[in-house]
Amino acid sequence: MMEKRVLIYGGIAALLAVSPLFLNAYWTDVLNSIGLYAALGLSLNLIVGHAGLFNLGHAAFYAVGAYTAAILNTTWHIPILPLMPLCGVTAGLFALIIARPIIHLRGDYLCIVTIGVGEIVRIALINNVFGITGGANGIFGIARPNLFGWVIRKPHEFFYLIWAFVAVTVFFFHRLENSRFGRALNYLREDETAAEGSGIDTAHYKLMAFVLGAAWAGMVGNLYAAKMSIIAPESFSFWESVVMFTLIILGGSGSIPGVLLGAFLIVGLPEAFRGFTNARMLVFGAAMIAMMIFRTGGILPARPRRYTLPERNLAEESA
Amino acid sequence: MEEFFQQLTNGLAVGGIYALIALGYTMVYGVLKLINFAHGDLFTIGSYLGLTLLTSLALTDRLGPGVGILVLALMVMGLVALVGGLLERVAYRPLRHSPRLSAVVSALGASIFFSNTLMLIYGARFQVYPQNILPKTAIDLFGLYIPLVRVLILGTSVVMMVGLYTFIQRTKIGTAIRAAAIDQDAARLMGIDVNRVILMVFLIGPALGGAAGLMVGLHYGQINFTMGWVYGLKAFTAAILGGIGNIPGAMVGGILLGVIEALGAAYLSIAWKDAIAFGVLIFILIVRPTGLLGERVAEKV
Repeated sequence: MMEKRVLIYGGIAALLAVSPLFLNAYWTDVLNSIGLYAALGLSLNLIVGHAGLFNLGHAAFYAVGAYTAAILNTTWHIPILPLMPLCGVTAGLFALIIARPIIHLRGDYLCIVTIGVGEIVRIALINNVFGITGGANGIFGIARPNLFGWVIRKPHEFFYLIWAFVAVTVFFFHRLENSRFGRALNYLREDETAAEGSGIDTAHYKLMAFVLGAAWAGMVGNLYAAKMSIIAPESFSFWESVVMFTLIILGGSGSIPGVLLGAFLIVGLPEAFRGFTNARMLVFGAAMIAMMIFRTGGILPARPRRYTLPERNLAEESA
Repeated sequence: MEEFFQQLTNGLAVGGIYALIALGYTMVYGVLKLINFAHGDLFTIGSYLGLTLLTSLALTDRLGPGVGILVLALMVMGLVALVGGLLERVAYRPLRHSPRLSAVVSALGASIFFSNTLMLIYGARFQVYPQNILPKTAIDLFGLYIPLVRVLILGTSVVMMVGLYTFIQRTKIGTAIRAAAIDQDAARLMGIDVNRVILMVFLIGPALGGAAGLMVGLHYGQINFTMGWVYGLKAFTAAILGGIGNIPGAMVGGILLGVIEALGAAYLSIAWKDAIAFGVLIFILIVRPTGLLGERVAEKV
């Protein structure tokens, strides 16, 4: 059973890796968008899926990362890719400042506050806060990324950059999920009081999940700025946060394959149905309702953890 | 000083609209503990329905502006209430016992569905209300000229709010709604049909929201299929400001938010108008999560 799944995922990954060879530039670019949303979805999944915190303002942290990269790159001509850790740090710090006083709020209150924060950030960017964000037009002329002297310019070149990052993201969040940290998050999501009683510092773990997720979104922001070379406040609207949120819920909250599938469906399908541009959002809204009623866990729900008992214990018991 | 009073009355009128929408949020939250994200879109539906009925039936020509608008408002309220009831039946009732996250997602889905339905029917561009419906007169109040529309809007919303408050406090159904808000299970044991109460809440809230939509159309003249989002968010802020689940709180919060926003836009910066409202929201949630009139202690989990 286990091997079969590995085989399927391996097959899909291999197919994806060679896809730029037979896709045109347009579809490669769609795959690039899917990759960015997949990485964003995985980062938000830590907050929403694992810690159970409603965050509908994730685009704000994505924006902080993207603007950090764009401002430093255009002002001081620092190459963009090495700025990635710094983008993560600024987004994480921003999340820490925002979340520290509000993290204890109950679910839907937190949801509304994150929406408010997202809107405030967008308005601040439009109003050219500190005179460095370029107002409603945004920032343009971000230099092309350069990897060991190789300038990344074409969609298929970006494809490998973005999906390599997605692979790192999957690996990182997979390890995190199965760590003590991930288990603690799941525990407090299921029953906060019991978690607190078992010695889990819930406020600390929630805050850490929030900051870590935001920092990762900041790093994706860096990639986005590098890919677009122009960024504007409208790219970080509330709608972006909704897309990240729903792709997790539709795909399967707390499940990495689910989030990846969600990214393909939510970002990819509308592209495939461009012919029905107008009606697709309507169908999308109806699908969200139907999904919640008929398959609450998402299309590929998180699988319960399995642990094999150490064999020695079994032997002792039977003896 | 003239400027100050103009802004103040403007804020009061907008605040009346926020308060009417906020009532829908606060009632639903009170009974179901659910943020009805689609409520803002019900408000938009109200303003679009108002426009369609106004232009197709020509009520104001046949019945005169006063009676015409009244009949129009009743029709809009009835229709939006119907949509609200349907929304509850289709999108929320099956999720009554699911995790809270599912209901929130369903609400978001409903919001997307409604706004895009409106866009498909009416198009993405701004729609314009006929300009000659309400008299453009201003009334003289101690040497201060205030447009009649503002007074009418504030007056109508106050009348509706007082009506709702009396309904909730004095009638049997109102008492049942209050009981279900405090403890659904206990209410059920006392013979209250909780499903009916919830349906009732989803009829009253959207009806008021629809009326607010009509007011916005008549007052500002321009409507758009996305406007429900901003109005909805601000009305929700108003509900939290006053104390969510608390009906007088929604009224106080709405009017207060309208005034803060109008004065903030006039004296601080117009570009930051929307940010002011959200700043108030965050400030309130940090300093006093129960809101101004909130008696219930927020669960600290």
